[in-house]
Amino acid sequence: MDLKLIGAEATEAEKAAIASAVPEALTVEVPGRVVRIRRDLRHYLLPAIDAVQSAVGWVSPGAVDEIARRLQVPPAEVYGVASFYALVSTEPRPPTVAHVCNDIACGPDLAAALGDRDDVVESPCLGQCDRRPAVFLQRAGTDDVVLAHATPDAVLAALDGDVGDDTPGFVSPGPLLARVGNVDPSSLPDYRAAGGYEALAKAIEMGPEAVIDEIVASNLRGRGGAAFPTGLKWRGAAGQPGPRYVICNADESEPGTFKDRVVMEGDPFAVVEALTIAGLTVGAEQGYIYIRGEYPLAQRRLAHAIAEARRAGLLGDDVMGSGERFDIEIRRGQGAYICGEETALFASIEGYRGEPRQKPPFPTVAGLFGRPTVVNNVETLINVPRILLEGGAAYAATGTEDSPGTRLFCLSGNVARPGVYELESGTTLREAVEAAGGVPEEIPYLLLGGAAGSLVGSDHWGMPLTFEDSRAAGVTLGSGVIMAFSASTDMREVVRRIAQFFRDESCGQCVPCRIGTVRVEEAIARANGAVDRRLIDDLDRAMKAASICGLGHTASSVVKSAIELGIL
Amino acid sequence: MTAETTSPALVTLEIDGRDVAVPEGSTILDACRRIGSDQPTMCWASTLTPVNVCRVCVVEVEGSRALVPSCSRRVEEGMVVRTDSEAVRHARKVVFELLASAVDLSLVDDSIRAWMAEYGCEPERFGPAAPPSDDRDRRQAGHHRRPTGETAETVHQPVKVDNPLYVRDYSKCILCYKCVQACGPEAQNTFAISVAGRGFDARISTEFDVPLPQSACVYCGNCIAVCPTEALMFRSEYELRQAGMWDPDRQEVVTTICSYCGVGCNLELHVQDNRIVKVTSPDDHSVTRGNLCIKGRFGYEYVQESDEPTPIDEVLARARADS
Ligand SMILES: Cc1cc2nc3c(=O)[nH]c(=O)nc-3n(C[C@H](O)[C@H](O)[C@H](O)COP(=O)(O)O)c2cc1C
Ligand code: SF4
Ligand code: SF4
Ligand code: SF4
Ligand code: FES
Ligand code: FES
Repeated sequence: MDLKLIGAEATEAEKAAIASAVPEALTVEVPGRVVRIRRDLRHYLLPAIDAVQSAVGWVSPGAVDEIARRLQVPPAEVYGVASFYALVSTEPRPPTVAHVCNDIACGPDLAAALGDRDDVVESPCLGQCDRRPAVFLQRAGTDDVVLAHATPDAVLAALDGDVGDDTPGFVSPGPLLARVGNVDPSSLPDYRAAGGYEALAKAIEMGPEAVIDEIVASNLRGRGGAAFPTGLKWRGAAGQPGPRYVICNADESEPGTFKDRVVMEGDPFAVVEALTIAGLTVGAEQGYIYIRGEYPLAQRRLAHAIAEARRAGLLGDDVMGSGERFDIEIRRGQGAYICGEETALFASIEGYRGEPRQKPPFPTVAGLFGRPTVVNNVETLINVPRILLEGGAAYAATGTEDSPGTRLFCLSGNVARPGVYELESGTTLREAVEAAGGVPEEIPYLLLGGAAGSLVGSDHWGMPLTFEDSRAAGVTLGSGVIMAFSASTDMREVVRRIAQFFRDESCGQCVPCRIGTVRVEEAIARANGAVDRRLIDDLDRAMKAASICGLGHTASSVVKSAIELGIL
Repeated sequence: MTAETTSPALVTLEIDGRDVAVPEGSTILDACRRIGSDQPTMCWASTLTPVNVCRVCVVEVEGSRALVPSCSRRVEEGMVVRTDSEAVRHARKVVFELLASAVDLSLVDDSIRAWMAEYGCEPERFGPAAPPSDDRDRRQAGHHRRPTGETAETVHQPVKVDNPLYVRDYSKCILCYKCVQACGPEAQNTFAISVAGRGFDARISTEFDVPLPQSACVYCGNCIAVCPTEALMFRSEYELRQAGMWDPDRQEVVTTICSYCGVGCNLELHVQDNRIVKVTSPDDHSVTRGNLCIKGRFGYEYVQESDEPTPIDEVLARARADS
C-alpha cells in the first residue's frame, strides 16, 4: 500500500517499543534463498499501540508514523484505533498517571481529595471493589500496578515511585476456587500436584466429541452474562470448517465485578488448562486471552503460566503428547468496557476500533478473523476441568436443575467481608449477603448483576441466586455482582454514576446508544425532584430495541429499576 | 450455463401481511422496496456495504428479541417482518429525535424530514441545544464533562475550512461512516480519514486532526458524494451559501463526459447563472458508481476562465484568496 505518512520521526524508545511488539517481516527458508512473506500485520496494531503507550506514556505522531509504516496501516486508522481507548493518550502526558476509581463501590472521596492534577484522572470501576478505594497506576517504562485500599498519601507516594505491598482480597472457596490462596500460582509442579492437568489428559483420552457430550450433559451455562449453554457453543464451532479460534474473555470491566481477576491471579494455570481443553476440543490451534489492561498482576501471572506450560509441552506443537498443536497469546485491552462484548473483542484483536458487529452471523460461524470462534468467560472455562473430572451428569446433579454447579459472586459495598464467594447455585440473596457479614436490615438496596443489571430492594432477599429464579424475578445475575448499599448511600448519585459510565463506554457506533446514553445522563442531572419518567421510558425502549449490542440494550436498565424503586 | 446457476433461488417472506419473493441474498430493505414499501435510511447507500449504524431502518422480525436493521439483514425463508408496528414506529421516532437533537439536519433530504413528520418527532423535548464546542477533536476516550442537564449536548462545532476545494462541517455529521468507506476500501483506497474517539465524542478525523492538505487526501470528493447531510460540501456551495447566493431553483444539471482521460466518467455539472458550482456523477453509472477523481470533480475552472467575472466568480475568488 502506498501510504502517506505524517512525516514525524519516532524516537529510539518508540521504535524499540514497536519493534518488540511487531515482527519486522516474515521470512521462510527455501533451499538456496530466503523468501519474505508479506501478510496482513494489522492484528499487531493493538500490541504496538500498547507497547508505545507503556514505554513512553503516550502515542506521538512519530510513533503513529512508525506503526503505520511497519504494519502498513494508514496513519488515520492508527489514530482512530489509538483514540478509541481510555488508557491510550494521543497527547503528551506525565509518565506516571494515577487512574483513581470513583465508581459506585469506591465512591468520589479519594478522587476529590487528590484534587485537580495532571497526573490524576478519574476512572470507572477497576475490578477491585473488594479492596476499595482502588487506583491503577499506569507507569511509562516500568510495570503498571494497582493500589488497593488507597489513601491520598499512598497515591502521592506511589506517583513518586513508592508503591507499597499488595494484599489479596478475601476469598470464600468452593470446588472451583480450591487452589486460590492455597497453591503457589507461579508453580506448575504445585498446580499439577493439586490435580492440575488431569482434566486435559482426560480430555485428550476422551476425544473432542466425548468432551462436548460431557459439557452438554453438564448443562454448564456461560458466566459472562448471557447464560448461553457452553456445550452447544462448542458443538456449534466444532461443526464449522476450520481454522477456528478459542478466546478466553478476561476483559472483566462490568462495574462491581472482580471474580475473574481473583481466578487469574490465584489460579492462572487453571485458565490456561481450561482454554487448552477448549482449543483441542473445538479444533483450534490458536487461543487468545483478552485481559483488561488494568489487571497487571493477573496478566503477569498468566504470561508466566503460559510460558511454563509451553516449556512443559502443555502448549505448542504437540500438546501433552496428543499430536495436536495449540498455543495461547495474551491480548491486553486498553481501557474499553465494550471490548468485553464478544464481537467488539474480535475487532479489537484484529486491530480495528472495538466496535461490535451486528449478529447474525454469530461467532461460532464467523468470529475472529471471520472464522468460527468460541468465546468463553474465565469462570465458565474453569468449570470445564471440574466437569471432565467429575463427569457431566454428576456436575448437572449439583446446584439446581437449570443452574448446576457453583457460581462466583462478587460481594462488595456495605458488607463486613467483601470478596469473591463461591456459592452453590440456589443459595438465596440473603444467605449470600450474610455470608459476607452483611446485615439485611441495614441494606435498603442492592445492585445485582452490575451496571447492566438492576437495583433491587428488600423484596428480593429470599430469591435463590439461579438463572431461573432471577429471570422469574425480572432481574439478572449478570457477572455475579452483589453490591450492598447502606441507608446513608446517596442512591441518586449511584444511578447518576452508572449513567455516566455508559455515556463514557458506548463505542459510539449506533445512534440510540451513542446519543441515548448522553440524554439519559442529562435527564438524571436535570432532575432535582422526580425524573421525567416518560422520557426515560422512551429512551429505554428505543435503546433496548434498536441498539446494535448488549451495551445499548442494557444501558438504562439500572435507571429504570431506580425509578421503579422510587429512588429517582 | 444453465438457467439455475444464472438466477439465484427465490426466498419467500411476509412483510406487513404481504407475501414477497426475492432472490436469495437480498436484504429486508430490498424486499420492502420490491413491494413498493420504502423505509427510511441514512447510513445505507446503494454503492456501499451496509454498516447498519444509524438504526432508522429497523423493522420487527418475528422471533427476534430486538429490532433488526432492514438495510443489512438478509432475508430468510418464512421470515415475518413488520415495518409499521408500534415498536418500530417508536424506535424510529426516538432515533430520529436523538439525531435531530444533537446534529444539524437542516440540509438532509426532504424524504427524511417527511419520515420525521410521519413519526411525530419532537427533538426539543431533550432540552435546548447546548452551544457549540471547540474541543471535540481532542476529547479523551472514557472522559467527559459532567452535564448540568440544562441543555442537550450537541456536536455543533466550527466548520473546518482548510483547503480551496471542500469544507467539513461536522456539526452536520451523523457519523454514518459513508465517507470513511468511500475514502477507504470501498472506492478511493486513500484512507485519509477514519472514525476517531469514542462514544458521543466519536468523530471523523484525519490522523491527529491534521488539516486536509497535510493528510493523505487527494481531493477526489468521493466522500462529499456519499455524505447524506451535506456535512461535506463543495467550497463553492459553502461560499455561495454564506453569501446568501446559493439557489438550487436557479440551477440546472448538465450531463457530460469528463474530458481529462479515456475512462469516460459521467459528469453532472450543476450550473447556476452559467457557472459550474458543483460536480457529481450518477450513483448508478456503471463506470463511476458516483465516484470521480480530483480532475473530474474539481477541475472545471478552465471551462469558464475566459468569461467576464460574474458575482459568483467574485465570491469564489474572494474565498480562494483567503485560503
Ligand atoms: C458491553 C458488554 C460487555 C461484556 N463484557 C464481558 C466481559 O468483560 N467478560 C465476559 O466474559 N463477557 C462479557 N460480555 C459477554 C460476552 O459478549 C460474551 O457473551 C461472553 O464472553 C461469552 O462467554 P460465556 O458464554 O462463557 O458467558 C459482555 C457483553 C457486553 C454486551
Ligand atoms: S449499542 Fe452502544 S456500544 Fe453497542 S454498538 Fe451501539 S453504540 Fe456501540
Ligand atoms: S476527498 Fe477523496 S481522498 Fe479526500 S477525504 Fe474525501 S474521499 Fe478521501
Ligand atoms: S461527514 Fe457525512 S458521510 Fe461522513 S460520517 Fe459524517 S454524515 Fe456520514
Ligand atoms: S474498583 Fe472502584 S468501584 Fe470497583
Ligand atoms: S440505514 Fe439501516 S441502519 Fe442505517
